[in-house]
Amino acid sequence: MLYIKCPYCGLRAQKEFSYGGDATVKRPNINEEVSNEDWDNFVYMRKSPRGKHIELWQHIAGCRQWIKVQRDTATHEIFQTAKVTEEIR
Amino acid sequence: MSQPFRLNKEGLINRNKKISFTFNGKKLFGYEGDTIASALIANGIHLVGRSFKYHRPRGFFGAGVEEPNAKLQVEFNGHSEPNVNATEMELVEGLSATSQNCWPSVNFDVGAINNFLKMFFPAGFYYKTFMWPKSFWYKIYEPFIRKAAGLGVASIEKDKERYEHKFEYCDLLVTGSGPSGLASAYAAAKNGAKVILAEDKPRFGGTLLTDDVSIDNLSGKDWAEKIITELKSMPNVTVKNRSQVFGYYDHNMLVMFERVSDHLEKKSKFTPRQRLWYIRAKETILSTGSIERPIVFGNNDTPGIFLSAAAKEYMKVYGVLVGKKPLIFTNNDSAYETALEFKKNNVEPIILDTREEHSSELIDEAKSKGIDIRFSHGVIVANGYKKVKSAKIGKLNKDKNSFEKIETVDCDCICVSGFWTPSVHLASQSGNKLKYEEKIDAFIPDKKKQHETSVGAANGSFTLEESLKNGFENGSNLSAKITDTKTEITIPNVNEKKYGAHDKLWCMPLPKNENPKRFVDFQNDVSVSDIEIALREGYRSIEHVKRYTTLGMATDQGRTSNLNGLQLVSNIENKIVPEVGHTTFRPPFTPITIGTIVGREVGMEYMPTRKTPMHEWHKKNNAVFVDAGAWKRPRYYKQGNETLFEASKREAKNVRENVGICDVTTLGKIDIKGPDAAEFLNRVYTNAWMKLPVGKARYGLMLREDGIVMDDGTTTRISENHYHMTTTTAQAANVLSHLEYYLQIVWPELNVNVVSTTEQWAGAAIAGPKSRDMLSKLYPDLDVSNDTLPFMGYKEADFFGVPSRIFRISFSGELAYEINVKSDHGMFMWEKMMDVGKEFGNQPYGTEALSTLRIEMGHVAGPELDGRTIPSDVSLNGLVSKKKDFIGKNSLGREAFNVESRQKIVGLIPIDRKSSIPEGSHIVQDQNGKLPNPKLGHVSSSCWSVENNNPFSLAIMKDGKNMIGKKFFAVSPLKNKSIEVEVISSHYVDPEGKRVRS
Repeated sequence: MLYIKCPYCGLRAQKEFSYGGDATVKRPNINEEVSNEDWDNFVYMRKSPRGKHIELWQHIAGCRQWIKVQRDTATHEIFQTAKVTEEIR
Repeated sequence: MSQPFRLNKEGLINRNKKISFTFNGKKLFGYEGDTIASALIANGIHLVGRSFKYHRPRGFFGAGVEEPNAKLQVEFNGHSEPNVNATEMELVEGLSATSQNCWPSVNFDVGAINNFLKMFFPAGFYYKTFMWPKSFWYKIYEPFIRKAAGLGVASIEKDKERYEHKFEYCDLLVTGSGPSGLASAYAAAKNGAKVILAEDKPRFGGTLLTDDVSIDNLSGKDWAEKIITELKSMPNVTVKNRSQVFGYYDHNMLVMFERVSDHLEKKSKFTPRQRLWYIRAKETILSTGSIERPIVFGNNDTPGIFLSAAAKEYMKVYGVLVGKKPLIFTNNDSAYETALEFKKNNVEPIILDTREEHSSELIDEAKSKGIDIRFSHGVIVANGYKKVKSAKIGKLNKDKNSFEKIETVDCDCICVSGFWTPSVHLASQSGNKLKYEEKIDAFIPDKKKQHETSVGAANGSFTLEESLKNGFENGSNLSAKITDTKTEITIPNVNEKKYGAHDKLWCMPLPKNENPKRFVDFQNDVSVSDIEIALREGYRSIEHVKRYTTLGMATDQGRTSNLNGLQLVSNIENKIVPEVGHTTFRPPFTPITIGTIVGREVGMEYMPTRKTPMHEWHKKNNAVFVDAGAWKRPRYYKQGNETLFEASKREAKNVRENVGICDVTTLGKIDIKGPDAAEFLNRVYTNAWMKLPVGKARYGLMLREDGIVMDDGTTTRISENHYHMTTTTAQAANVLSHLEYYLQIVWPELNVNVVSTTEQWAGAAIAGPKSRDMLSKLYPDLDVSNDTLPFMGYKEADFFGVPSRIFRISFSGELAYEINVKSDHGMFMWEKMMDVGKEFGNQPYGTEALSTLRIEMGHVAGPELDGRTIPSDVSLNGLVSKKKDFIGKNSLGREAFNVESRQKIVGLIPIDRKSSIPEGSHIVQDQNGKLPNPKLGHVSSSCWSVENNNPFSLAIMKDGKNMIGKKFFAVSPLKNKSIEVEVISSHYVDPEGKRVRS
């Protein structure tokens, strides 16, 4: 079970969180024209990297904040966590 | 009542307390502190089971967790448990143990014929033998294998015991209380670290209890006791015996299995039987020690053959002799200690040492005590069927591939030692890639992936001095990093015997024309020839060989067989062991009970139960409940001998004719506040929300980004910047997360806050033609006319002294209202409604009637919004705005969503107007059509229409409304029914929706 550092609450067990997928995907702006290709890329196309991956988790059994987690998909090592408003480099 | 193999005084058992038990029906006794194994051996009993495949007689081989054979069916404290390790289970008064895998008895087992049919049971025999003819599989092969295979019998009784889970955090977890573990824990504790020390056996000390050593002029056992006593007195240390750390998971979380009360004769009601610990450790010390490995020889599975360290442990810990005429068969010095221990107890052993004559501290001592040592000797084959009677031994030539001399010697036990294998299971589970250490012919941990450090024998250091030093240093350094404190500790003086080099021989050659079975894996009956066959048949990867032959599988996970298996494969393949590699170690290290995994989450505690504030009223009024997620909802209120069908019909009919009330507390409720709330709703829902006036509700539909309907519900504008959203019961949590996602990540610029208020409000729906009359009695001071409180209207009003919210919304399709009061007032509201409603013929109705009402109205719910439908599939395209953007809008243009023949919602009625259509039925053109019979759609919801008094169903069907008027068959292979149906509109009752507006 992973040990995830919520930027608001501190280190908490994985069972308090739910997974939210790739954090680098950006939704096309509302009320703006978007090409079919861009839309499909946003809705369906995801990379499945082996290694570092920046992803979203929500602290559902805690502060309910969505957070960013940089995790190695092969080893589960977590390098960094951040608020969604912060950048992970 | 004498015990022929019990020594007079050796051992750590309590001779003042006798414990009686039975084995295969025979009454026996042992002492407090015995295991089942030690007590049986004391009574001279060795034959305890039959082997898995060949049903060969099997006895004890080890003295602890390494035991591959002695798995018993054990009954105690009123429950029966299979596969109990006899070498670990402590004796308790009244325990009853029986042999497994034998019929009719362990002494005479019919299955032993397999031993003579062994040509039919070679490696991979499951795959080969039982293939043809195919029709034999279910009736003949499968039942046969089921009966012949497997070990014990699982109980079908309810487990009455209590199990617990516990979460713990520590700086340092030490797994094993041998010398290196004790040293690590002690050093870390002195540095002020929070330490957990876990020991799987009842007694602390590991090899210190059996080795002839001294530390600081104390015996190993006394030193261990001194350290443990001090550790126990320290507030920062938790010391746990009977506790096996069996799994190493991500981010340094380890799982430990504690046998809390299996060894107790009496315990209090709330004492758990076993406890599962989830331990998050900053650092872990793996002081798991090592397990002796056997040398392979003919009939090496005969009862009476032991690991030499086990034989020593039986003498030193339990005061039990495994035999009185022992052969010690070894390739190293450690078995000499066993021989010396026998000698000390006046038993004359013969040592067969595969090495050439040489000298070491232990060999010299054995010689000086007059022990018969035969160098360059080994056991070729053990004789005796149910117990070793003699052994054919041979003098090896220089190359150790043939014999110079062969003779037979009498013996009643053989104690074998093929050197030591570090227990690297936990290290491997943590992700540590192991490396092969030539010096000890075994794998040891290499680069770490997590915060773990192996010390002592688990790391391949087999001297006490090294282990202690290793333990003290690592314990001190690792904890100092955490606590920032370093207490100097003097490493104690050690007195131990020096071992000479071991011999690499691991398998005895066979003389010409002799071919006895030589087992590598006892638990799975895998012999040398089985592995040879697997390789001959082309299996190369060690993982494949494992699966084909079952080498190293099952409960003992190859603890004694693993390395010999690898040696054999590498010999045949002409490779070295590190090239062959090793199979993956996986948790659990040792079998644990299902009860422990489950813990307290059984029965009512399986998951949290959510009850509405009116729950007790429902219960008192014969409600039959149904689970809706974690909620308990009344399904129907039973009157007399009514069935579900009769009751739901009565309740639904009463709503259509009079008035009914329904507990709708479980609906998800989300409070939405902020100046941008309207804009937010406008983006979340498919329909327009900017112009909803204060005091009005609106039905809304929300999609996922891929265009699929996510949820529906009404949202009411309470005040300028304040909305009250409702969701379906099932989607409440998902919708909240969905809203939070968009507010926190996608549109953080919107000034809106959302919070769940599901549990803050109690809700009741009043539905039926007489609901307005009833409402006016509930609110005598309020104008509830259609003009002031129209459909989708909202009012706040005083309900007999408590504040309430009135929503004129309807799920049933009737004139209806939903009243919300604070949860605390829920029961008060409900009872008032029941009281006031009497004169209007009010009856409560449950979810079954609720479904009937919505289905015949053609209102969609979960079965239609099943994660595959878009708005137009369920006739809700009127709610999809063309003018504005919203979540999922761009997806609705996808080609597949706009195909005319797409499956859409329709209504179905049976031609005979009588036969109910099972939900899930497939719709086909021709009920006798050739397979594959094209499926045109499926039945999503079914009810008995109370309005028309015949069955009615909703279906999602190809070509949708274009099919209206046509006839098909609804086929349910599950219910074995085929019903001829006609397609009609999904709005079966009041298609214009007049009633809700009346």
